[in-house]
Amino acid sequence: MDAVIDNLATFRQGFVTTLALTVVSAALALLLGTLLAAMRVSPVPTLRAAGATYVEIVRNTPLTLVFFFAVFVLPQLDIRLSYFAFAVLAVTVYHAAFFCEAVRSGINAVGVGQAEAARSIGLTFTQSLRLVVLPQAFRTVIPPLINVVIALTKNTSIAAAFGVVELTAVATRLANANSQAVIAIFLGSAVCYLALTLPSGWLAGQLERRVAVAR
Amino acid sequence: MSEAVLYDAAGPRGRRRILIGSLLGGLLVAGILAAAAARLAANGVFEAERWRVLTQSDLQRLLARGLVATLRAALVAMVLAMAVGGLLAVARLSRRRWLAAPAGAWVELFRGLPLLLLILFLFLGLPAAGVTISTFWALVGGLTLYNSAVIGEIFRAGILSLPSGQTEAAYAIGLRRGQTLRLILIPQGVRLMLPALISQLVTLLKDTSLGFVIAYAELLRTGRNAVEFLGGPYSIPVYVAIAVIYIAVNASLSFLARWLDRRTRRRLGRTVQPSAADEAA
Repeated sequence: MDAVIDNLATFRQGFVTTLALTVVSAALALLLGTLLAAMRVSPVPTLRAAGATYVEIVRNTPLTLVFFFAVFVLPQLDIRLSYFAFAVLAVTVYHAAFFCEAVRSGINAVGVGQAEAARSIGLTFTQSLRLVVLPQAFRTVIPPLINVVIALTKNTSIAAAFGVVELTAVATRLANANSQAVIAIFLGSAVCYLALTLPSGWLAGQLERRVAVAR
Repeated sequence: MSEAVLYDAAGPRGRRRILIGSLLGGLLVAGILAAAAARLAANGVFEAERWRVLTQSDLQRLLARGLVATLRAALVAMVLAMAVGGLLAVARLSRRRWLAAPAGAWVELFRGLPLLLLILFLFLGLPAAGVTISTFWALVGGLTLYNSAVIGEIFRAGILSLPSGQTEAAYAIGLRRGQTLRLILIPQGVRLMLPALISQLVTLLKDTSLGFVIAYAELLRTGRNAVEFLGGPYSIPVYVAIAVIYIAVNASLSFLARWLDRRTRRRLGRTVQPSAADEAA
């Protein structure tokens, strides 16, 4: 236990890095994911195909391999960024596909009658999406989106293997330095992760229940 | 709702606009790809010599061995996770509080932790406690802990999604709770959750790549070792080959899951839907 208390500052640094990585990547991935979802439901075939291809490729690739391409391949092409920026890039590219799927399933969950009614009063594709479908999809889509953010939070731990000193990297380093307190150190960082994931999961569950009642 | 509901069948003007949009979108995508290709070409990535490395039988054998190690870890972990997940689901559905509560805590705990942290904990923590563990079992152990929680929830959702008439009818003919679960609910639930289970197998297979971090010689680690031996210029061909292998294996499994899902939904009207979040982690 002493090993944890002595290294509280290190833990805090790791926690802040994990949080920063999560927030920045989640914001960017949500943006890219929503764009992809809009592409996938648009009437333009090329955009639909491009969006579907992106999602299909990324969904079947391990995040670790995406990190490989960011960290080992981009420098070969003279693209040099900090490890943190590479990690943001990899996490964003990977999770955008899952944000896209969450948004798309939200759009699909809105009743057919809504879109039909919007069309029958003469709204165009953009209008019916913006004024009728998306505002309703937004409600149902929030809990799944939070769940993807939770998954993203956990997945930022992979950045530890690629030079970013976040919570998992801190745990590994401290564990290697204090062999008598390995378990306490891992419990310490587990508590930090749970402090992020459990409340978000609870919030998602509550919202899900409210939306379910409202329907 | 199918996407086609969002817009009418286009008339002549609409078709023209869609064509223009298609061309512009296509040009944009092509432009991005061309810029990337130019960058790659400027760095000599397209030199045939670099890609010829993939025809070496040594490298092929190495990657094949890596793929076998990946599949072995995934299959062992999947079987174990399904066994533990089944127990968790039954425990969570139980009316006995002392069974349901710990199972619920297990699910919340292991779903809330990063898989990599679990693997590293087993890999570094157990030796510190005097238990030796191989990289294979550290990886499989971590995968099992994490996926047992996810699969337990899939099982539970499958059983809960059955109409309550099934349970009521079972009680009416005098079956006890355990019998109802075993004879009526589980056999029907399995059909509903099979597509979601296959999707989870894809996720698990992707996650075996975390074995890279603890130096378990799976596909990614063998590829990395090969690149370190061959040199940096060969990284792109080798990693692209690895990506193609992963995508080929996972896309066929995903395809199987989707096909099963469609078929089951046609016959039974519903299935357990995997969430985007579970597929991401």
